[in-house]
Amino acid sequence: MHDTTILLIEVGALLFALGMLGRLGRRFGLSPIPLYLLAGLAFGHGGLIPLSASEQFIEIGASIGVILLLVMLGLEYSAGELVGNLRAAAPAGLLDALFNAVPGAAFAFLMGWGWQAALVLAGITWVSSSGVIAKVLGDLGRLGNRETPVILSVLVIEDLAMAFYLPLVTAVLAGVGLLGGLKALGVAVVTVVAVLVVAIRYGRQISALISARDAEALLLGVFGLTLFVAGVAEELNVSAAVGAFLVGIAISGPVAHHATEMLSPLRDLFAAVFFVFFGLSTDPADMPPVLLPALALAVVTMLTKVATGYFAARRVGIAVPGRLRAGLALMPRGEFSIVIAGLAVASGVEPRLAPLATAYVLITVVSGPLLARLPDYDWFKSFIRRWRSAPPPAVQPLTAEE
Amino acid sequence: MIVRVRVEQTPLPGIGVRHDLVTSSGRTVGVVSHRNGRRDLVLYDVDDPDSCLASIPLTDDEAEALADVLGASLMLGQLAGLRQQASGLLTEQIALPAGSPFVRRKLGDTRARTRTGVSIVAVMRDREVVPSPGPEFVFEANDVVVAVGTRQGVDGLTAILAGDSD
Repeated sequence: MHDTTILLIEVGALLFALGMLGRLGRRFGLSPIPLYLLAGLAFGHGGLIPLSASEQFIEIGASIGVILLLVMLGLEYSAGELVGNLRAAAPAGLLDALFNAVPGAAFAFLMGWGWQAALVLAGITWVSSSGVIAKVLGDLGRLGNRETPVILSVLVIEDLAMAFYLPLVTAVLAGVGLLGGLKALGVAVVTVVAVLVVAIRYGRQISALISARDAEALLLGVFGLTLFVAGVAEELNVSAAVGAFLVGIAISGPVAHHATEMLSPLRDLFAAVFFVFFGLSTDPADMPPVLLPALALAVVTMLTKVATGYFAARRVGIAVPGRLRAGLALMPRGEFSIVIAGLAVASGVEPRLAPLATAYVLITVVSGPLLARLPDYDWFKSFIRRWRSAPPPAVQPLTAEE
Repeated sequence: MIVRVRVEQTPLPGIGVRHDLVTSSGRTVGVVSHRNGRRDLVLYDVDDPDSCLASIPLTDDEAEALADVLGASLMLGQLAGLRQQASGLLTEQIALPAGSPFVRRKLGDTRARTRTGVSIVAVMRDREVVPSPGPEFVFEANDVVVAVGTRQGVDGLTAILAGDSD
């Protein structure tokens, strides 16, 4: 009984503090993710206030948070959208993977870490934060812009790629070696393709099983199904997150729309717990030594994201200012990088990975949205105009057809 | 003449869909329809046609009102075209005289369709257009009635509205 009381006090105080922090962040136009991470760092191991009684509770809450983050992501896209987008934007997605995953892997080798850690760090630097970026685009009134579909399609491909990447990483971190990892990847490919085909062909029937009218039944039905599938997927070593993502994709139409509305508050709650949990499991004392490497990695991979956006936008005939807008908008890393790092922390592959990932995400998620505003300033626009009109670049014949 | 305009549709994964068109004056306008029902009217920059200059969120009512205004003025334009196309059928704008017996009376009271075979397709009032007014529509002085029918029928309606017919 006594433990439960302390748990209530700890969790209550924590959530209340997070609420106040989030409100403060919104006033400065800051995403709540870095604030939650910092809050997590401040509490727990080596922090100011230890959370002893509630640690187990927070850990379970965190894994539900990951599942909810992914099912909501899946709900946002329909299977048809994913497949159609894949056809159109596959080269951009490939470029994105090459430009952003490789520097992460190279960096891990440079630090003298093993190949498992390199695989993890590649994922951390690869995936942009779709949540943060969608918010930034909306805030800056850029949803109608012609480069916005380019940004979104890169994000969609990254998210879809996670359905293959996460099982691979989960298996590799479980210690089955590269061969076992590839086997998990094979299972994931088959599963994802099967789910996509079923969702496109029979999406309406699946959604008809869950009525959109009864709000309570809808909440319990979708949430329960998601947890169940995620658990089964984890048991099969395909990663719980991917199971949840696939459930989200399989549900479509009005059910998906209502489920999004119902699950949003739950997602906000448990995702906050997840970010705090990640911060909790990092000792603040480990942060200073990795700060400089994290900064270097952030600068490099933010520049490679700018290049990704630039070339992806050029492919579809967007002019220079739009290309830069696309590139700068893609910079923030967020929830996914933390999800990936979380997998690594749980397996204990490299102790410096968690503090590095924390610092890395903090840097990109805070500076990214600020830098994304750059193209809206007049001095930046006139700078671009001068830069474009100055020397005729050597690659002119390629772009002249536009 | 009805000019065909190409409206381009672009999916915005996770957000909704965007429709846009380039006007003959070279400006681009678009509508971003969010999946949650919200819609933004977007106007594009002349200097940088990839970026939108303004993004105006419209409520359901506002969007409907805007669509009505645009749709009604469009319908009048199409009717003018119809006049030239269908021989024997014509469109006329008939101003309701101040002394008309139908001022502050219902459209149904004119029994225009029964007596003349003419359809009243719109009423213009203070520069606003009321498309397809029903029998419950109440006339006011200075309304302009847009009617479609034969020469004889339209002349008959003009007489009815002026109060000359009975």
